Amino acid sequence: MSNENLSAFSHATGGTMTRRALVSGAVGLGTLAALAACTGTATGGATASKTLTFGSGSSDDVPKRAYAAVVDAFNKKSGDKVTTNTVAHNDFQNNINTYLQGSPDDVFTWFAGYRMRFYAAKDLVAPIDDVWKKIGGQFGAGLAGASTGDDGKKYFVPNYNYPWGFFYRKSVWQAKGYNVPTKFDDLVALAKQMKTDGLTPIAFADKDGWPAMGTFDYINMRTNGYKFHMDLTAHKESWDQKKVKDVFDNWKQLLPYQSPDALGLTWQEGAQALGAGKAGMYLLGSFVTQQFTDPAVLADIDFFPFPEIAVEGTDSVEAPIDGLMLTKKGGDNQAARDFLAFMGTAAGQEAYFSVDKSNLMTVKNADTSAYSDFNKKLAGVISNAKHISQFFDRDALPAMANNVMIPALQGFLKDGTVDTANLEAQAKALYAAQ
Amino acid sequence: MTADVRTREQATKATGQGSRRLRRRYSLLNRRDKIVLATMVAIPTLIQLVLVWIPTVLSVLLSFVRWNGLAFSDIRPAGVSNYQYIFQTYPSFWPALQHNLLWLAFLAVVATPIGLLLAVLLDQNIRGSRIYQSIFFTPVMLSLVLIGVIWQLFYSQNNGLLNFLLGTSGTPQAVDWFGNPHLNIWAALIAATWRHAGYVMILYLAGLKGVDPSLREAAALDGANSVQLFFRVILPVMRPINIVIVVITIIESLRAFDIVYIINGGKNGLELISALVIQFLVGEAQVIGIGSALAVVLLVISLVPIIIYLSRTFKKES
Repeated sequence: MSNENLSAFSHATGGTMTRRALVSGAVGLGTLAALAACTGTATGGATASKTLTFGSGSSDDVPKRAYAAVVDAFNKKSGDKVTTNTVAHNDFQNNINTYLQGSPDDVFTWFAGYRMRFYAAKDLVAPIDDVWKKIGGQFGAGLAGASTGDDGKKYFVPNYNYPWGFFYRKSVWQAKGYNVPTKFDDLVALAKQMKTDGLTPIAFADKDGWPAMGTFDYINMRTNGYKFHMDLTAHKESWDQKKVKDVFDNWKQLLPYQSPDALGLTWQEGAQALGAGKAGMYLLGSFVTQQFTDPAVLADIDFFPFPEIAVEGTDSVEAPIDGLMLTKKGGDNQAARDFLAFMGTAAGQEAYFSVDKSNLMTVKNADTSAYSDFNKKLAGVISNAKHISQFFDRDALPAMANNVMIPALQGFLKDGTVDTANLEAQAKALYAAQ
Repeated sequence: MTADVRTREQATKATGQGSRRLRRRYSLLNRRDKIVLATMVAIPTLIQLVLVWIPTVLSVLLSFVRWNGLAFSDIRPAGVSNYQYIFQTYPSFWPALQHNLLWLAFLAVVATPIGLLLAVLLDQNIRGSRIYQSIFFTPVMLSLVLIGVIWQLFYSQNNGLLNFLLGTSGTPQAVDWFGNPHLNIWAALIAATWRHAGYVMILYLAGLKGVDPSLREAAALDGANSVQLFFRVILPVMRPINIVIVVITIIESLRAFDIVYIINGGKNGLELISALVIQFLVGEAQVIGIGSALAVVLLVISLVPIIIYLSRTFKKES
């Protein structure tokens, strides 16, 4: 399409440039664009065919090749032909509304959380309980719960995920004789000790606004439980109540031990502070390890889950899950359902992992011999979890996360205060618009 | 007699016809030209209608509804609740408005005079004037991403040039130019000045080249010193340019967006109305009603200087 447009344009401008040529060129451009738009919408996928289309937002090189490997493996196994349409990651995510309402592919890449349930409730995606009958045995309760819509039906097949938690350098901790805290009070005491030892106890970087949500999620789940956290993020609970204030009161105990200039730091800078041994620990997703290019440092990194505070011990883990969903249109296509089922098997996830090794496979019987010990530890934390949360910006309405929560948390980091009444007023207005 | 009159009438008729025929023959526009002209008027009008007026009216309408952006049947009337949210509930709105005003004041008082000063200096036929012009104009042409990288190099807390020069780089005393909500607006304003001054400079340079040299001579003969010459003679002569500069400064401060957006997305002390509009209208965090209401507020604010400018222009013409 773009080629045709380009050539039409160069045709109009290339020769002697007259008014008429320009006008006719412009008219031609319009026609061509309209024609191209027409052909663009004609995607295949007839009922019960043995072909399917797959819309992928995994546009970065490694994930793109990883999904290609999944498609190949599926094709080899079933003989069904998969046509993949890859769209730039951000565009895919931002245009999902129009995508799902237009003429989407049969299967598409998405993630668990609020928006998954929202589109399920709006009837834009198809339930896949039949697929889950085949694959359900391979997933823990946390993953199964995260794949379920508000109506109790399954809508999502997990591919991979990665946990959030505290990362630290073993050598630094050994040298100072620190122990992994299991209770929140131990964590505060440890942080205090680190501060007297001249370290930044908890690396914290929130220039981009979202990393602070991880801390909020964990303190809320540990203080009030997983269900309350989910109900709060879905705005079934009010923000203006003591339970929410308790979260911030607990957090206030950690504030003096976080990096003081967190609002000017990116998460990469936080990771560097940890890698350099200047910071004692860092609460982030396991992607933090990407920053440690020195193998010696990487081997020195260890992980512990967020300590327990009041309820449910450490049953809940924050582990955003990426995977596949079926569009309304793809709901009639058996081949698309087979493809989703394949993604939920060891063979499908191993095909993905063979290319993209930065995440953890979600099926129980996947071959984890390629995992490092560190990866095995992370995977163990997830598979033992009773509840899996998806990170605030996936569990909540995106507008609530980006436009309300980021400024509110940044304000809290600045002066330790949060106006929960205002949070509730804003939440009311934003969720009412859905 | 009658025959005479008749022939005269016939004659005039004939000449009338003749002149009409003549006019047609020598018309500057043939049929094809007229079609081209009509198309050329129609297409911009259509584009204007489709790209400017219809969206404007639509966003005004959308600012009074709640809509999740899915089916049209999901549109529900919201009265003025979106405006209520902006003015009463949304904590970022009033700071954003203040920042826009600060932006306007700073561009008007600092950036524009710097641009004028640069123009006057570079107009003095100094050696390498063209090179300096290019250097000062470069920021206007740079892409967003590049500007982000350049200012990151200056302001970064851990490895930025400024903290290095202050000797605080990598220490706990390092100045947090982007993260400190009291400082980052000034850091952003300096970056904005860096661009705006170059823009103003080019416009004034063009204006200065257009000033009649005899005016300078006349003023010099009358014994005006250079300050008097500039403020009493040259600046008033450049009146049309001055108006353009005023309009540009106001517009730039209203649509100021890119620099704060690349610093931190327009949050934490860098709120601007345009950044809030983007936050609510583009991407996943879209809330159409509120975003449209913010856009309408920005439109109304922008109308004030536009109306003043237009009414002055028309008054002069009449």
